Amino acid sequence: MSDNHLAELARDVVKRALAAGAGDAECTASEGDEFSANVRMRDVESLKEAGSRAVGLRILIGKHTGSSYTSDLSAEGIERLVKQAIELAAVTTEDPHAGLPEPEELGSIPGNLCLYSDDVAQLETALKIDTAKRAEDAALTADPRIFNSEGASFDTHTGRHIFANSRGFAGEYRSSYCSLAVAPVAREGESMERDHWYTLARGFAGLEPPEQVGRIAAQRALRRLNAVKVETQKVPVVFEPRAARTLLDNIFEAVHGMSIYRHESFLAGKLGEPVAAANVTVIDDATLPGLFGTSPFDDEGVPSRRTVVIEKGVLKSYLLNCYAARKLGMKTTGNASRGLTGNAGIGHGNLFLEKGARTPEEIIASVRNGFYVTELLGFGVNIVTGDYSRGAAGLWIRDGELAFAVSEVTVAGNLKDMLLGLETVGSDLEFRGAVAAPTLKIGEMTVGGR
Amino acid sequence: MEFSESIFASRFQITRLDLEHYLAEALSQGGDYADLYFEYLLTSSMSLDESIVKSATQGVSMGVGIRVLAGERTGYAYSDDLAPEKIRKAARVAAYIAAGPGQPGKFDLHEGRKHNLYPVVTAPTETDFPQRVELVKRADRAARAYDPRIFQVQAVYADNLRFVLVATSDGILSVDRQPLARLSVSALARQEGGPPQRGHAGGGGRVELDFFLREKTPEHFAAEAAREAVVMLDAVDAPAGEMTVVLGPGWPGILLHEAVGHGLEADFNRKGVSAFSGRIGQKVASELCTVIDDGTMSSRRGSLNVDDEGHPTQRNVLIENGVLRGYLQDRLSSALMRSESTGSGRRESYAHIPMPRMTNTFMLAGESDPQDIIRSVPKGLYCANFGGGQVDITSGNFVFSASESYLIEGGRLTRPVRNATLIGNGPEALKYVSLVGNDLRLDEGIGICGKEGQSVPVGVGIPTIKIDRMTVGGTA
Repeated sequence: MSDNHLAELARDVVKRALAAGAGDAECTASEGDEFSANVRMRDVESLKEAGSRAVGLRILIGKHTGSSYTSDLSAEGIERLVKQAIELAAVTTEDPHAGLPEPEELGSIPGNLCLYSDDVAQLETALKIDTAKRAEDAALTADPRIFNSEGASFDTHTGRHIFANSRGFAGEYRSSYCSLAVAPVAREGESMERDHWYTLARGFAGLEPPEQVGRIAAQRALRRLNAVKVETQKVPVVFEPRAARTLLDNIFEAVHGMSIYRHESFLAGKLGEPVAAANVTVIDDATLPGLFGTSPFDDEGVPSRRTVVIEKGVLKSYLLNCYAARKLGMKTTGNASRGLTGNAGIGHGNLFLEKGARTPEEIIASVRNGFYVTELLGFGVNIVTGDYSRGAAGLWIRDGELAFAVSEVTVAGNLKDMLLGLETVGSDLEFRGAVAAPTLKIGEMTVGGR
Repeated sequence: MEFSESIFASRFQITRLDLEHYLAEALSQGGDYADLYFEYLLTSSMSLDESIVKSATQGVSMGVGIRVLAGERTGYAYSDDLAPEKIRKAARVAAYIAAGPGQPGKFDLHEGRKHNLYPVVTAPTETDFPQRVELVKRADRAARAYDPRIFQVQAVYADNLRFVLVATSDGILSVDRQPLARLSVSALARQEGGPPQRGHAGGGGRVELDFFLREKTPEHFAAEAAREAVVMLDAVDAPAGEMTVVLGPGWPGILLHEAVGHGLEADFNRKGVSAFSGRIGQKVASELCTVIDDGTMSSRRGSLNVDDEGHPTQRNVLIENGVLRGYLQDRLSSALMRSESTGSGRRESYAHIPMPRMTNTFMLAGESDPQDIIRSVPKGLYCANFGGGQVDITSGNFVFSASESYLIEGGRLTRPVRNATLIGNGPEALKYVSLVGNDLRLDEGIGICGKEGQSVPVGVGIPTIKIDRMTVGGTA
C-alpha cells in the first residue's frame, strides 16, 4: 500500500465511525514486512518472508466502548469493522472513567528518533544467510565440546504504525530492526547444555560482529556443563545482566497502573515511600533515539516521555495510560499500549535500572559463598504479594570466584525484600532490547536444591 | 464438512484446480513437498473488571501460508490477501528454498479420513453477544457472593471460530471448522487490611455455548477462583529443598507437559538436542507411569479433527509402564527420521511454520486411593493447583509453579503454603513416582502452550501421584 494510503484509511475509518453514531473513535493501522533466515549445522534450514497489514478500531458511544479489527481492508471489510465496533458498544457497561485523552494531552515528540534504517529493507538474502552462517560457525569452532547446534537465525522487520483519533490526532512512524541469534549445544560426558546469545539493532550496521556473537554463545553453553545441584541454603545472589533484566520486568508489572488501581501489586499505595535500596534508580524513557522502547507517541496519541519510576530507592511514579490515571486521580505518563484494538493497556518504553560504580568482577569478588544466576525458568512471581520463586541455573561463587556450574535449583524470596536488600548495582548497563539492567547483587535469598 | 461446502470454496471461490496450480507454483523450483494452509479466523472477547464490562472486541483475520520442503530445508511465505495473484506470489517466494527442476504439476487431491470430535452446530462465536456478556456478569456476582473478603473480580470470556483448509502435494485435501471458547475468573481476597491474595480458575473447550450454561457454569469457575484466593489468606511460607511431593488430579498434569512432553517433540530429537534424544526403549519413569498424548478426545481444548498439516490426530503412547515409546512427529521430522506423522503438526496461524506439538497430554490412572496416597506421607507438600511451567529441553530441567498447595504433616493436609516453584529433571523426575491414584482427571480447558514464539491451545491431565523426591523452591 502506498505511503499515505494506510494513513488516509485510518482517518477515514474514524470519520465513518463518527458517521455511524460513535461519539469518539480511535483507529490503529499497521503494516509490516518480515524476513527470517535460519541456518543449522552450516546449512540453510528455513527461509520465511511475508508482508501483512491490518486495522483496528475502538469507539465510544457515551461511556460505552466497542472494539474491532480486521485484516480485510476491502470496502466491505472496512464497513464490517465499523459495524462490529458499534454493535459491541451496546453490550458493554457504562464506564465513568472511559474516554480518549484530552486534546491538550495529545501530541508527538519532535526530532529524528532513528527508529528506521533504510539498509534493512535492502539487505540481500545471501548476506542474511551468510551472516547467520558466520555466527553459527564461530560457535561450532569455538571448542571441541560444542558438538551440535539449534542453529542461528537472522531476522528483519520493517513496518509502519499509524494512529488517528476523533480528537484531531493523526500520527505515524516507520520502524525497522534486524537481529542475529545463535544457540549452540555443548556436551561433555553425560552432560549436555545449550545457551544462546544475540545482537539486535535498528539497522544492519548496528549489529555486533557475527563471530563475536557466536563465540559468546559458545562460551555461555560451555560454562554450564557438568552442573550440579547444591544444598539448600540462604546466600547472596548475583544476577548477571540477562537475568537482572527480568527483575525490571517484575518491577514493571508492579508499577503497572491497572494493577495499582485494582490493588493487585505489592507496590500499590507506596508512592513517596522507600521501596528499594538507596542505590536503586529506575527510569522509563521512550525518547532515547534508536532504542527498542522508543516511539514518538504512545498508543493513545500522547507524546512519549521520560518518567522516573524509582529514585534513590523511593517510589516516584507508576506507569499510566489515561484510564489508569483517571482511576487514580493522576495524569497519564504516556505509557498507553495496545495491539490493533481494544482498550489501551500499559506498556513501557526503555525501562532500565541506572548503572552503579562497581564492575561485575568486583561484585563477584565481594561474595565468599553465593550464587551467580545466568538463567531463570518459569513464572513463579506473584506481583500481588511479591512472592518470588523461580527455577535457576548459573555458577557458584566461592571465595570471590566463579567456581562451578549449578542447575536444577530454585531462587526464592519476596520482591519487597529483594529490592530493599539490593546491595550492589553494577556498572555494566547495556541495552539489548527495551528492558535493561546491570549486574545486581541481592544480600540474601533462599537457594533451593538438595 | 467437505471442501465444496467450505467458506474457502463458497466465499472465496477457491477451486481444486486453483489449489493444484498454487502447489505447482510452490514446487516450480523443485523440492520434495509443498503445502497450503488457508485460515479464516473470527474472534471475540469480553472482559469485566470492577463489575463493569469494560471491553468487548471482535475481529476477523485471514490468510494463507505456503510451505516448500526440500530435504531438511523449509521455505515459507504467507499472504493476508487471498487474491490469486497474491497467493501465487507467496508460492514463488516459498519456492525459492529449493534449487532444482520443477515438479510436474499434477496432484490428485482427495479428502481423506478425519474425526468429528466437535460436532458443534452453532459455535459460541456465532451466538448473540448479550448471552456471552452475561457469563462474565454471572461470574462477577458469584465470586463476590462467595465470601465477603473477595474485593476484586476480573472475568474474561473469549471465543474463536477457525476455518482451515490444508492442501498438500501428497494429495491431502482437508477442511475443518474449529470452535474454541474459554471463560476465566480471577479474584482477590483481603482480610482486616492485610495483604491481598489472588485465586484463579477457568475452562472451556471446543464446545457450544451451552457448555457454560449446563456443564461448567460461570458460578463454578467463580467459586473456584474465590475459594483459592480465600484459602491463600492463611498461607505460610513454602518449604525449600528436596521432599516428597503429592500432585492432585487435573491441571497438575502440566508436570507431564514440561517434564516429558516437550522433550519428546520430534524436531528436538531429530536434531539430537533433547535430553530424551536416542532414548526410545529406555526406562525414563517408574513402571507405574504410562503417559499419553491424545488429540482425539471429544470437545477438548487440545483436540483437532486433523492437525495443521492435514493428518488426522491420534492417540500416541509416549511412555508405557515407564519405558519411552515414541516421539511426537510432524511431516518434516517424520520424513527425515523415516517414521510416520503422529498427527502432531501444529501451528499458531497461517503466518507460522508448523512443528511437532502436544495436544492433550495425560497419565493413565493407577490403582491407589488418593486419600491413601496422602496418608502415606509423613512430611511433604501437596499441590492442588498450578500456574505455568517451562522446560529447558536440552538439560531436561523443568519448572512449574504451585498456586495452591498445602503442607502434608503426619499423613494429613495441614496449612496452605505460599506460591512456590518446583524444579526437576525430565528423564529423572518420573522415576521417583511411587504411587499413582485411581482418580485421573483432565484439566478444565485453559492451557496455552508456547514454543518458539507460537502459542497453541492444549490440555493436560493426571491422577493423584506421589513423587518421592522433588525440589521445592520455598523460603522456609
